[in-house]
Amino acid sequence: MTTTAPPGSQRRTEPPTAPADGRRAVLRRIRSGNGFVFVLPFLLVFALFMVWPIVQGLWMSFTDSSLALRDTSFVGLDNYTEAFGDPDVWSSLGNTVFFTAISSVPLVLVALAMALLVHSGLAGQWAWRLAFFAPYLLPVTVVTLIWTWLYQPELGLGNQFLDTLGMEPVGWLSDESVAMWSIAALTVWWTVGFNFLLYLAALQSLPTTFDEAAALDGAGAWRRLWSITLPQLRRTTGLVAMLQVLASLKVFDQIYILTKGGPNGSTRPVLEYVYDVGFTGYRLGYASAVSYLFFALIIVVSLVQFRLFRRED
Amino acid sequence: MSANATPVRARRRPPREAAGSPLLLGHGRLPRILAGTALVVLAVVWLVPFLWAIATSVQSEEDVATTGLSPFKGALTLDSYTEILERGNVSVWAFNSFLIAGLVTLLTVVVSTLAAYGFSRGTFRGRRALLAVTVAAIMIPPQLLVVPLFDQMLLFHMVDTYAAVILPQVVAPMMVFILKRFFDGIPKELEEAARIDGASEFRVFRSIVLPLSRPIVAAVAIFVFIGAWNNFMWPFIVTNDPDLMTLPVGLATVKDAYGIQYAQSMASALLAALPLIVVFLLFQRRIVNSVATTGLGGS
Repeated sequence: MTTTAPPGSQRRTEPPTAPADGRRAVLRRIRSGNGFVFVLPFLLVFALFMVWPIVQGLWMSFTDSSLALRDTSFVGLDNYTEAFGDPDVWSSLGNTVFFTAISSVPLVLVALAMALLVHSGLAGQWAWRLAFFAPYLLPVTVVTLIWTWLYQPELGLGNQFLDTLGMEPVGWLSDESVAMWSIAALTVWWTVGFNFLLYLAALQSLPTTFDEAAALDGAGAWRRLWSITLPQLRRTTGLVAMLQVLASLKVFDQIYILTKGGPNGSTRPVLEYVYDVGFTGYRLGYASAVSYLFFALIIVVSLVQFRLFRRED
Repeated sequence: MSANATPVRARRRPPREAAGSPLLLGHGRLPRILAGTALVVLAVVWLVPFLWAIATSVQSEEDVATTGLSPFKGALTLDSYTEILERGNVSVWAFNSFLIAGLVTLLTVVVSTLAAYGFSRGTFRGRRALLAVTVAAIMIPPQLLVVPLFDQMLLFHMVDTYAAVILPQVVAPMMVFILKRFFDGIPKELEEAARIDGASEFRVFRSIVLPLSRPIVAAVAIFVFIGAWNNFMWPFIVTNDPDLMTLPVGLATVKDAYGIQYAQSMASALLAALPLIVVFLLFQRRIVNSVATTGLGGS
């Protein structure tokens, strides 16, 4: 209506219709620019590839859905009751928890040690960082190829090293009581670099005032590490530990490639059991039920951690 | 959310690239020597697997298979590298990896920055609820969705296509959340001026918010790329055609075929490792900062 008025004159003369019109323009702007279109593409992929499989998986877990035959029927809670009585579920869960325990502790502590050492200001920063972080950049297959060779029974580095020390060779991946430790060692080597960088970043942003004051008061390096730097890192440690436990619980790739869960199922984690049941045994319904139980466990763990973490603050 | 929050975090860098804290060790010589020794030992332990792999890869298969503590003894040869490259699989897989990781990164960055902007500046109804759902989705491990997701791909007849590998990886609620939080910290005054001048929302996003967010967008892109390049489980499940496989998947399928050919297996491992190591050397500083910004959110 008022578009005929040149913009300059409009401001000065303010025709009586202008405020209402202005408000309408604002409303139009809000409607067209309320930001929903920006979120739309994300909502689309989110709905398709996250919400759908979540709902679909939940539904499948109440059916006898199978890769082999197409018609499925509703079986109620059968899959869940079966899962609770399935010894393989419990043993793979035990393996997952064991792996999480023996990998998370060194993954946090070694990372902390690396970060403290690098941060202490010795020359060659980029070289240390590269050495510790480089393995994190490797695809899982590269890691397993290299470590299969290191763990090779006759010619591998591990046993050759033991041999030069005059010790008996070890069945790194073939001995039931050793295999999970070997996988944990590989995992520490592979992924510690990420935690190391988290710690390094935290160290670099710490205020140095306390440290300086304590140094002036004559506190030694060791004393200042224990009484100042480590307490300052509490929050970071909480976060790193939290992320690490959740990451370790999800272990699958390296174990599947290295041992396929062997020897004798001694290294098979839950996610591999889901894979075995679903894609090798074709029982998608049962596999979904097991993954939902595991998902429930992960939620419980994260909530517990979250509460602990909050209390620390 | 506070209006006076300035985008300082955008520029924040760990103070001085390599300074460290000389204070930490004090002036005594002993702590310095001890720390130095520990550092060297750790670094050597971390590099040994690489060195052992390199040393093995430049031997002939016979030398590797026969001599004792061999990899440092036999005559040097690049046979295993040439043989692998001639066989061609590795280059096809490397191409697929670049293509897939590149597209995943591009799509994820576009979709996530747009969504983050919408969540940060939008006024549409249900915004808070949708954001809450997105944040909750961060907790869901994607590995748990492979079974229904595979079923879905069967339904769409998408098994063994690039799209099936790429599209599910584009959903990155974590990245949306990180970006949204960053956008929240950018003061709105700049945008208000542009809006008064009649700039469209998209214009405001592209010419004001995005340029101010370059470091965080780069950080997100780097992490999405590393994640996509190294992703194993999903591409492994959804591709059977060797011509569509990524490097990690392809190498896993031939791992057993290499049998005891350790020189070739090490050569292929190193070839597959090279691209990201080069990327790291080029963008080292940016990557290190990325971990700080995305990992801890500067807390």
